[in-house]
Amino acid sequence: MDMNWIEIGDLSDIPLRGARCVKTPQGKIAVFRTAENDVFAIEDHCPHKGGPLSQGIVHGRAVTCPLHNWVISLETGKALGADEGAVRTIPVRNEGGKLSIALENLMLAAAE
Amino acid sequence: MAQKLVIIGAGMASGRMLEHLFEASPGAFDVTLFGSEPRGNYNRIMLSPVLAGEKTYEQIVTHDADWYASHGVTCRFGETVTKIDRKEKVIFTAKGATPYDKLVVATGSAPFIIPIAGKDLPGVRAFRDLDDVDAMVAAAGKPNAKAVVIGGGLLGLEAAAALRLRGMEVVVLHLMGHLMERQLDPAAGYLLQKELESRGIKVHCKAQTTAILGKDRVEAVGLDDGTVYPADIVVMAVGIRPEVRVATDAGLYVERGIVVNDQMVSSDPDILAVGECVEHERICYGLVAPLYDMAKVAAKTLLKQDAAFRPVETATQLKVTGVSLYSAGDFADGEDRQEIVLRDASAGIYKRLVLKENRILGAVLYGETGDGAWFFDMLRKGTDVSDMRETLIFGQAYQGGSPLDPMAAVAALPDDAEICGCNGVCKSKIVGTITEKGLTSLDDVRAHTKASASCGSCTGLVEQLMKLTLGDSYNPAAVTPMCTCTDLGHDDVRRLIKAKGLKTIPAVMQELEWKTSCGCAKCRPALNYYLVCDWPDEYADDYQSRYINERVHANIQKDGTYSVVPRMWGGVTNAKELRAIADVVDKFNVPLVKVTGGQRIDLLGIEKEDLPAVWADLGQAGFVSGQAYAKGLRTVKTCVGSDWCRFGTQDSTGLGIRIEKFMWGSWTPAKLKLAVSGCPRNCAEATCKDIGVICVDSGFEIHFAGAAGLDIKGTDKLGLVGTEDEALEVIVALTQMYREQARYLERIYKWAKRVGHDEIRRQVLDDKERRKAFYDRFVFSQKFAQVDPWSERVSGKDKHEFKPMATVEYAGA
Repeated sequence: MDMNWIEIGDLSDIPLRGARCVKTPQGKIAVFRTAENDVFAIEDHCPHKGGPLSQGIVHGRAVTCPLHNWVISLETGKALGADEGAVRTIPVRNEGGKLSIALENLMLAAAE
Repeated sequence: MAQKLVIIGAGMASGRMLEHLFEASPGAFDVTLFGSEPRGNYNRIMLSPVLAGEKTYEQIVTHDADWYASHGVTCRFGETVTKIDRKEKVIFTAKGATPYDKLVVATGSAPFIIPIAGKDLPGVRAFRDLDDVDAMVAAAGKPNAKAVVIGGGLLGLEAAAALRLRGMEVVVLHLMGHLMERQLDPAAGYLLQKELESRGIKVHCKAQTTAILGKDRVEAVGLDDGTVYPADIVVMAVGIRPEVRVATDAGLYVERGIVVNDQMVSSDPDILAVGECVEHERICYGLVAPLYDMAKVAAKTLLKQDAAFRPVETATQLKVTGVSLYSAGDFADGEDRQEIVLRDASAGIYKRLVLKENRILGAVLYGETGDGAWFFDMLRKGTDVSDMRETLIFGQAYQGGSPLDPMAAVAALPDDAEICGCNGVCKSKIVGTITEKGLTSLDDVRAHTKASASCGSCTGLVEQLMKLTLGDSYNPAAVTPMCTCTDLGHDDVRRLIKAKGLKTIPAVMQELEWKTSCGCAKCRPALNYYLVCDWPDEYADDYQSRYINERVHANIQKDGTYSVVPRMWGGVTNAKELRAIADVVDKFNVPLVKVTGGQRIDLLGIEKEDLPAVWADLGQAGFVSGQAYAKGLRTVKTCVGSDWCRFGTQDSTGLGIRIEKFMWGSWTPAKLKLAVSGCPRNCAEATCKDIGVICVDSGFEIHFAGAAGLDIKGTDKLGLVGTEDEALEVIVALTQMYREQARYLERIYKWAKRVGHDEIRRQVLDDKERRKAFYDRFVFSQKFAQVDPWSERVSGKDKHEFKPMATVEYAGA
């Protein structure tokens, strides 16, 4: 499958232990920056009730959803603990602080 | 038809008798209960912890109004029975006559007041009931207050230790050569005296009190050797005597107490007696265990079942926190007696056993009392101890060569060993109930077996039994940890933040050995709050550790949009503000406008990206954030007060606005909602708020600890103050105390229940210096907190929060 790497901004645009969201035609994507400067991207849509994960508290390599406190792994997109469910993970690349995500559509182009 | 049962005296013995009666045969009697005290039954043994401020009155109530009501008991509290007419079978109070079929006299005992000059002066109290405790607590409130306790027995020493804890200067006067001479030998009495002196209590033995001095109230106590001790309060605790006046007047057979047979029946077959007013086989009892036995027997006699009261050996423990002391049996010296003594001066341990013909007659333990139950068990059974005489004094764990294990002693206790002396509960009953009912907490065990539910001194033993029965799943010292990132509870973390001077979240996690690299969504907001509260000028608020609502200063809704609530001081608004709100609603197509319960207007369904623009427009009309999203000051609801209302007594609207303008912006452990009502009709519903004010003619009643959410609870009255200034100071001090002590997300009512309402009252109402200190700390922290978050963000702060990082679109779209 064709992967389309799209530049979305700088690492420094995201606060440490924080997240920003990227709007795409396929829905919102949440991009996270952990305390260790690792970057992850997942669908911004909790598998439970669709809460915006980009608004949650980031801890370790996980985020807690602001609506009902489900904890979602940033690495696998799966719910941790007793809850069951998963969100799609999106490939993300950090090249010297420049961040890009990969979307599966040739028809996409970045626009700020 | 049910027989009429009348009971005189609502104390522990009659309370227990009613329990047995209703358990065995509910409805057999139509019960009327008279009590001189204007309240129901409480655990009198626990008055010392109440006096010390370690427990509240509410915590020692054993039967409340609901209990009496649910069992159909007619309560006549505050009414003293003055006469029994045995011929007509009627009793009399000031309010009239009440007939009976069966009568139970449970009048208890009266404190013995030494007949000396000045004994009737105001300020001379016994230590008998809650009114005495209240009087002592009030006396302790004065600066440098002095107390003289006459009597160095159990009751006197508990009172002395408690008053000392309250900060009073305390002198104990004791007639005999050493303290607690009825329970202790001179050596243990000496150790106890040393311990009390190290706490700053002066002990004067061989003290013959000659007079209580004072003009309008007590001022000092004089001794025969010329010593004079100044005193603001004098507590007489020299002994009790059975209260038998009404029985004597009725012509019942009375010696020291009301004489009863084994069935607890007096010389009149229709009149029973139980408790401290009773004399049985020439003995009067003052400890709770035999009284409970009497209660059980009396209940059976009333139900025409066989039962007999037998004299019992009793053991004594002193309920002074930090002092372990146990005594049982007869420990006088004698020619035919031997003793075994163990002393460890440096550890403050003294143990003495008195033996006769290889059987334990008496035991005195000081400093280490864990083997008390074991010795007492052998004492009661007359166990022959010749096989273990050599090691007996070292305790049970050393018998039979088994290794020293704290649990082994408990494990080795026989099934019928008495664990709880107060309630006569043996080991097998506790273990059996734990297993049968699947109990897991101490409270459960107390509820189901009553063990450890009276004086609480056997709590350690009960917990060891629970551990023995439940294994590792029970940890008596368990504190609920904040979250899985740490083993520490909220209180420990708060204490350590202050003690170690920790001023950042990483410092807390490093020093307190957090188990995760950067915490979780439970502990990080809590830590952030604790640091904001404790170091208002130094700590840099960590927004990434705040919940989204507090990060973006709006309330997230289920669809990811936000709601916006501007502040309306005291719920008052005007045309300009309403117009500005209407314009915002039109401009941003706000889908729903809703009036809130806190007297303001909520705009719902606003997209996150629109928030700064909405705030900019509202800000131009003078609005600031209503902080409807914050664990902080929310609203101060008001009624229209004396400016408009024909019933209003004060300017409640003005006071509410003043409080809100003073306190807005402060962060608190959980949300904080206030209200001010202008008269007791209470239109602002102040009595279910975290803090409420009811204006009255004479000033401002301050209420607190209400709830109207998950739980519903009316407030308690903190007190009455005379001026608005004082009302504000008390409210602010209360808030600051709550800010500094509560656990994150703990509302005021839950915190207050833990700390005790009386303690809070003492710190923020009675103790004016402390109140001022709380107030000053709040004022200081407000310097850093009162910044309108909306205007900050309109000016560009946290811009990243409100904009997507990037927008990806279809090429050419």
